[in-house]
Amino acid sequence: MIPAAFDYVRAGSADEAVSLLAQHGDDAKLLAGGHSLLPLMKLRLATPGVLVDVGRVAELSYVRDAGDEIAVGALTRHRDVEVSDALRADCGILSHVAGMVGDPQVRHRGTIGGSIAHGDPASDLPAVVLALGGTLVAQGPSGQREIAASDFFRGFLETALAPDELLTEIRVPKLAGGWSYQKFNRRAQDWAIVGAAAARVNGGTNVALVNMAATPVRATSVEQALAGGASVADAAASADEGTEPSADLNASADYRRHLARVLVRRALDEVG
Amino acid sequence: MKVSIAVNGEQQQHDVEPRVLLVHHLRETLGLTGTNVGCDTSSCGACTVLLDGESVKSCTVLAVQADGRSVTTIEGIGSAAAMHPVQAAFQEHHGLQCGFCTPGMVMAALSLLEEHPKPTEAEVREGLEGNLCRCTGYHNIVAAVMAAGGSKATA
Ligand SMILES: Cc1cc2nc3c(=O)[nH]c(=O)nc-3n(C[C@H](O)[C@H](O)[C@H](O)COP(=O)(O)OP(=O)(O)OC[C@H]3O[C@@H](n4cnc5c(N)ncnc54)[C@H](O)[C@@H]3O)c2cc1C
Ligand code: FES
Ligand code: FES
Repeated sequence: MIPAAFDYVRAGSADEAVSLLAQHGDDAKLLAGGHSLLPLMKLRLATPGVLVDVGRVAELSYVRDAGDEIAVGALTRHRDVEVSDALRADCGILSHVAGMVGDPQVRHRGTIGGSIAHGDPASDLPAVVLALGGTLVAQGPSGQREIAASDFFRGFLETALAPDELLTEIRVPKLAGGWSYQKFNRRAQDWAIVGAAAARVNGGTNVALVNMAATPVRATSVEQALAGGASVADAAASADEGTEPSADLNASADYRRHLARVLVRRALDEVG
Repeated sequence: MKVSIAVNGEQQQHDVEPRVLLVHHLRETLGLTGTNVGCDTSSCGACTVLLDGESVKSCTVLAVQADGRSVTTIEGIGSAAAMHPVQAAFQEHHGLQCGFCTPGMVMAALSLLEEHPKPTEAEVREGLEGNLCRCTGYHNIVAAVMAAGGSKATA
């Protein structure tokens, strides 16, 4: 399978990427690690006229201490997130989950920014950033803006990013308490059939779900039950409330609901 | 577009169409047919090569993305007469049957051993999770990689 023909331009910096996007307009798409985009292009489900390759923008590959938060450059590869000492020490859930994405070959190419910007509800890292109440930083022709993770995921493969914007940074809080990520799949290297991320953030427990709707979603009813003093078992029993899981070869919608309740319970038990 | 890639230590310059996949560039333009295409959908790992020393699936990398970098294929690590220790371990431990997955397995194993010089069995199994084998049942592949890393298989 070979992608349809396209023009290829390479950006050396974030600024250059933004101006190349502006110059090429609607027909252009950013290429980061290519591990979501190239498979789609090979199937001709995506046929961009121009690829703007940001894979070499080294200034966007970093993990930095930012006070109460840790800032991760959008072009940081899954592998580099996985082995980051700063993340392992202060936001272990992000490095742990980056190490569960796909397989080593995928993690050597795929980036955290690509994973977030792609907006696939079956992906692991979007739900983690959502559970953490993270912040996404975007750069466009008129400058930078910050978007709360809770406002970022808009629909299936749809985010708050405008077509002429580049995601530059992902910010997550430093964690003082427990966290857990429960990924349920049946085959090695696969996406989650359902996943649950939970973390203690600012004195409360946040929970987000993978693959239970068109976007990653917060399990608000679980969070509210816990805040009201409910037991883990009672809170987890409402994990699928308000979700709209799909049915596919792997699971019926009902089975996904069941998994959400079980996985949230396991996650909460682990968070402690 | 002109690309210059150090393939198995030799600088190779070619004019490629941007849509050409690295695996096709290696097989068709450079004649390095040791790298196989199994699934063509980023799943099986048969096309695994090293890009700047790290394993990647060359069916999911554009040749233009490898421009200015180094690529190592199975042809670059040893020959029938002088096998790389990982290749020798696959032979010694019968880590192959039909051999189709083997180049990719060996390249993935090299990258794994770079990251975990003395891997545990679990690290080997997880480290090879991107590579599928239809023949062996993996047991002897795991034993071969552990032996190459100097650890003894317990399985
Ligand atoms: C075999 C396989 C298994 C996988 N398994 C999993 C898994 O288990 N869990 C999981 O979560 N993911 C999985 N993935 C997906 C993987 O994590 C991808 O790497 C990731 O989703 C996309 O990141 P990328 O850098 O490759 O982005 P690309 O494919 O380059 O881009 C993806 C999309 O995001 C846009 N984009 C990229 N970067 C930016 C940016 N900085 N700003 C704005 N837009 C941008 C692109 O234009 C494109 O539309 C798997 C992929 C493969 C091939
Ligand atoms: S041919 Fe590349 S992963 Fe199967
Ligand atoms: S030896 Fe035949 S596919 Fe692995």
